[in-house]
Amino acid sequence: MILTTRGLTKAYAGVKANTDVDFDLPAGQTRAIIGPNGAGKSTFVGMICGRIPATRGTVTFDGQDVTALPAHKRIERGMAYTFQITSVFPGLPVRENVALAARRGLGRNKAAVRAKTDEVLSRLNISDRADQMAGDLSYGHQRILEIGMGLAQEPRLFILDEPTQGLAESEVEEFNTLIKTLDAETTILLIEHNMNVVMEVAEYITVLDQGMVLANGTPQEIRANTAVQEAYLGSGHA
Amino acid sequence: MSDTGKTHGLHFGLIGLLALAYFVLPAYHSGNLASVMVIAIYAMGYNLLFGYTGLLSLGHALFFSAGLYGLGLTMHLADWTPLPAFAAGLIAALVVSAVIGFLILRTTGVAFMIVTLMFAQAGYLTILYFGKYTRGDEGFALQQASRQIAGYDLSDPGVRYFCALVLFSVTLLGLAYMIRAPFGRTLVAIRENEERARMLGYNVTAIKLKAVIVSGVVSGASGATYALLFGYAGATFATVQYSIFPLLWVLVGGAGTTVGPFVGALFMFYLIDYASGKTEAYLLVVGVTLVLVTLFLPHGIVGTIRTRFLRWLP
Repeated sequence: MILTTRGLTKAYAGVKANTDVDFDLPAGQTRAIIGPNGAGKSTFVGMICGRIPATRGTVTFDGQDVTALPAHKRIERGMAYTFQITSVFPGLPVRENVALAARRGLGRNKAAVRAKTDEVLSRLNISDRADQMAGDLSYGHQRILEIGMGLAQEPRLFILDEPTQGLAESEVEEFNTLIKTLDAETTILLIEHNMNVVMEVAEYITVLDQGMVLANGTPQEIRANTAVQEAYLGSGHA
Repeated sequence: MSDTGKTHGLHFGLIGLLALAYFVLPAYHSGNLASVMVIAIYAMGYNLLFGYTGLLSLGHALFFSAGLYGLGLTMHLADWTPLPAFAAGLIAALVVSAVIGFLILRTTGVAFMIVTLMFAQAGYLTILYFGKYTRGDEGFALQQASRQIAGYDLSDPGVRYFCALVLFSVTLLGLAYMIRAPFGRTLVAIRENEERARMLGYNVTAIKLKAVIVSGVVSGASGATYALLFGYAGATFATVQYSIFPLLWVLVGGAGTTVGPFVGALFMFYLIDYASGKTEAYLLVVGVTLVLVTLFLPHGIVGTIRTRFLRWLP
């Protein structure tokens, strides 16, 4: 297991966003977390990557307890995180955005940083926009850039919080293709609302409802799970 | 020419121009220019934190005076020679900025501004409290006889000018190098989007602390240089006014540009010089000019040139 949580709980002034979440993610898997709005998905991954301090419970990453570590130390150990609301460096060129992500791990090795940056830019087909300010990019390209910033870190666990939100249909297709090519390289943890994306890319699905794990299973199993249908998909989708 | 080439051209061109200016300008103006170069060091130190890291401090007079008194007191009370005293000034600024930085970085935004202001005010009151040694507002002069390095008399206008130029150049080139290096890029990243920088794995608090320390030491170097070259240290330099000055210089010249602090300091110096020669109400003239500059040049002089014409400006 690359990631394990035990009893992970977050309470905001007594209201529980997550209650005793036990979660196991084997290395190499592409896992989707789904659930209705307010199910505690973002809070849960926030506690995994350290943005949100857990009220109680433990997070184990790559065999080590990281519960007490601040976010930047967890990222340093091989997590990468993309925000639900696009978060890039708007006043810096696209190239520098990616380079900043690559540089943290590669340090002062300029050639390696440049090579990694070029590789990521061309992989995402945004090389021609490398010198534009990130803030001037379209929304879709900013999302792609943020994924690029994740890739540049060569993460062992790549956490994506609703990456396809607000993307056009064609961009979603490209995203699916990208995630499938990444599948062999890293472990992916994906929060996603778009069921087409989930069913297409996820190998395994965890359903959260009211802050608790409702079900775990393959896409087929989740599709067939009546409790999930009631809680989330609704009869119209079933 | 590459942007790096142009940047070097700009910096070395400015330094060359300043060297030339000494031989061309009348004594009055070269004397002014020596002062401007020293305060521009202060402005550059401030700019690292404000312009590049995005932290607005209202308490930099504390770091400036740490350098000023670090050199001034060791020379005045302990009869140190200028070089060890200058080192004492830098160390004083280093210690003060490290301790204060550790404390103030627990706050952000408006709270950060207020806390820096308060610490600077506490520093000012401390200088007054130890008036027996510091002589408070009245201050003390450093004897001309003690202000000598290797036989050069630092009160001599020519020596003073070139001493100021050397320190100005070292600071300009050093900081320009730093902001292009990975460390400087990270500062800009923090300014642009702190949370994103943290979630790329950067230890934002530690990096900001380093920025406060570098900024504080450079400001302290300016204070020490000022006391050494002009032979005076007084508590006025620790007042809130001297915390506001670098902010104005940087805003007018262009925050986050390498030569903006110098341009802003030069502009403000001559604005005050000119206006105070014309009218008693010179601060009114200064105020109106600042309002106009802010309205029409929101990125400052150099910043606006960069936005409109020369995108490559560092």
